Amino acid sequence: MEQIQKINKAAKKRKRKENLTAYSFIAPNFLGFAIFTLGPIIFAIILSFYKWDGSNPMEFIGFDNFTRMWGDSRVQAAFINTIVFVIGTVPLTLIFSLFLAVLLNKKIKGRNIFRTVSFFPYVASLVAVAAVWNMIFSPVNGPINEILKTLGMMDPPRWAADKNWAMVTIIFFSVWKQIGYYMVIFLAGLQGISEEMYEASELDGANSWQKFRNVTLPQLRPVTFFVMMMLTINSFKVYDQVYMITQGGPGTSTLVLVYEIYNTAFKNWDLGYSSAISMLLFVLVLLVTVFQFKGEKGFVNE
Amino acid sequence: MKKQKKISTILIYLVLILVTITMLFPFVWMLSSSLKLDKDIFTFPIQWIPKEPQWDNYKNIWTRIPLAIFIKNTAKITLIVTFLQLLTSSFAAYAFSKLHFKGKDILFMAYIATIAVPWQAYMVPQFIMMRSFGLNNTHLAIILLQAFSAFGVFMMRQFYQGIPDSLIEAARIDGMNDYQIYAKIMLPLSKPGLSTLTIFTFVNTWNDFLGPLLYLTRDNLKTIQIGLRMFITQYSAEYSLIMAASVVVLIPVLVVFLSLQKYFVQGVAATGVKG
Repeated sequence: MEQIQKINKAAKKRKRKENLTAYSFIAPNFLGFAIFTLGPIIFAIILSFYKWDGSNPMEFIGFDNFTRMWGDSRVQAAFINTIVFVIGTVPLTLIFSLFLAVLLNKKIKGRNIFRTVSFFPYVASLVAVAAVWNMIFSPVNGPINEILKTLGMMDPPRWAADKNWAMVTIIFFSVWKQIGYYMVIFLAGLQGISEEMYEASELDGANSWQKFRNVTLPQLRPVTFFVMMMLTINSFKVYDQVYMITQGGPGTSTLVLVYEIYNTAFKNWDLGYSSAISMLLFVLVLLVTVFQFKGEKGFVNE
Repeated sequence: MKKQKKISTILIYLVLILVTITMLFPFVWMLSSSLKLDKDIFTFPIQWIPKEPQWDNYKNIWTRIPLAIFIKNTAKITLIVTFLQLLTSSFAAYAFSKLHFKGKDILFMAYIATIAVPWQAYMVPQFIMMRSFGLNNTHLAIILLQAFSAFGVFMMRQFYQGIPDSLIEAARIDGMNDYQIYAKIMLPLSKPGLSTLTIFTFVNTWNDFLGPLLYLTRDNLKTIQIGLRMFITQYSAEYSLIMAASVVVLIPVLVVFLSLQKYFVQGVAATGVKG
């Protein structure tokens, strides 16, 4: 009896020691994470029910910020534009990066160079490439429009200066900038597919397209899901390129949610309202993510 | 069959060359413009190699804007953030992947859940908090908000999942404690994972725009991205100088990327995507 108690005590002690060791590993990161990420997230939720300019006392106003959002034409425009951006960017990026990854997974000469080149826009400074982008897509004398003119297009688009083309310009830029990143993720996924599966389907007489449809796509499903989720989340956060290429204009044609959050907070110092718009963004991202998870489960069950 | 293969190879190369042109066009144009006079930049047909390269552009940028200070600030922030990020996330990831402890699942869920929350959704309260700590207009603010990302922990944990537990058990039997196992076994084995995280963190921090824009309003504290942006708004017509400064800003990231890229695909393969 005493023996068992002793063993139990020792086991408990060991368990406690293991817990403490684990906490010591987690603590450095978790402290920073809790203070600088979790804390502000909770604060943001609370703040969205208050009226506050950052210096005077906070005033609780219930759901007023949310009802105000309902009739705010700028928020409406930002909401719609953000969704247009997501719908334009996600499929284009997904398709092109997958296509490129499949090509660059083949055993061809110089594929490392091609891989590096495709990844380059992603690592390049956004400010720098946005500056170039503004110049090459300049409607007056930019090289893109000059090339289009020599190709016979007499009246090329005015890109960022035209309210019908501004969002298209931003979408093009974003796809170009991020393709390489998602391509690398797909590439990593492709390398996890065993050669034997391709050989087996080759024996069945499958051509390249059939191999892609019957082996690559199904095998790649978890990766595709991961890419789609990250891509969607990231697309909802669009801000930098809008700030640098169109500043939300012309009119409100490229005004997006984060741009409006930034303006409301740091131009108008309407912090409660800005947090309420943040909640809109947050709920939107959350809904889409949950929806994607549900869709993925549905796929798998079929 | 052989002929068909040849045609498809040619087609692949054609597509790849087209992709390369699209990807590189802005960069080549940037490089070429940085060596021109402002008035020659928009001549068409494009003159790729300037007749009289204006090397002076690369001298002038250093005096027109405090580019050296911007680079120094950015390098400092980026190095510290990358170091902290690698250290703390690989440390935490070891516990999440190889140790059993109370509250493991809840803590990990807290990390995962915040990956889906856009930073922009809580940047305002974060800013107010930092300001109340007296940290606005300090580099420390940027470092603190970048260094402890949930993404880093998640990524390293995924990577460690691929390292067999039997290795850890064997080390324990040899009398190593967990800190020794982390330092002598996990770290050396996770080079691809660490390289990938280094590239992501380095690139993100070096290129971060909105963070420094919020926190750093004094010129002598600014990072290269907002410095460059300031230069672009102030001297919007001096295209060649803007391009020269842009080229300079690109070089450090390029160096880091090229020196680590051999681990890169391998690293991604072993991390995020295995789910």
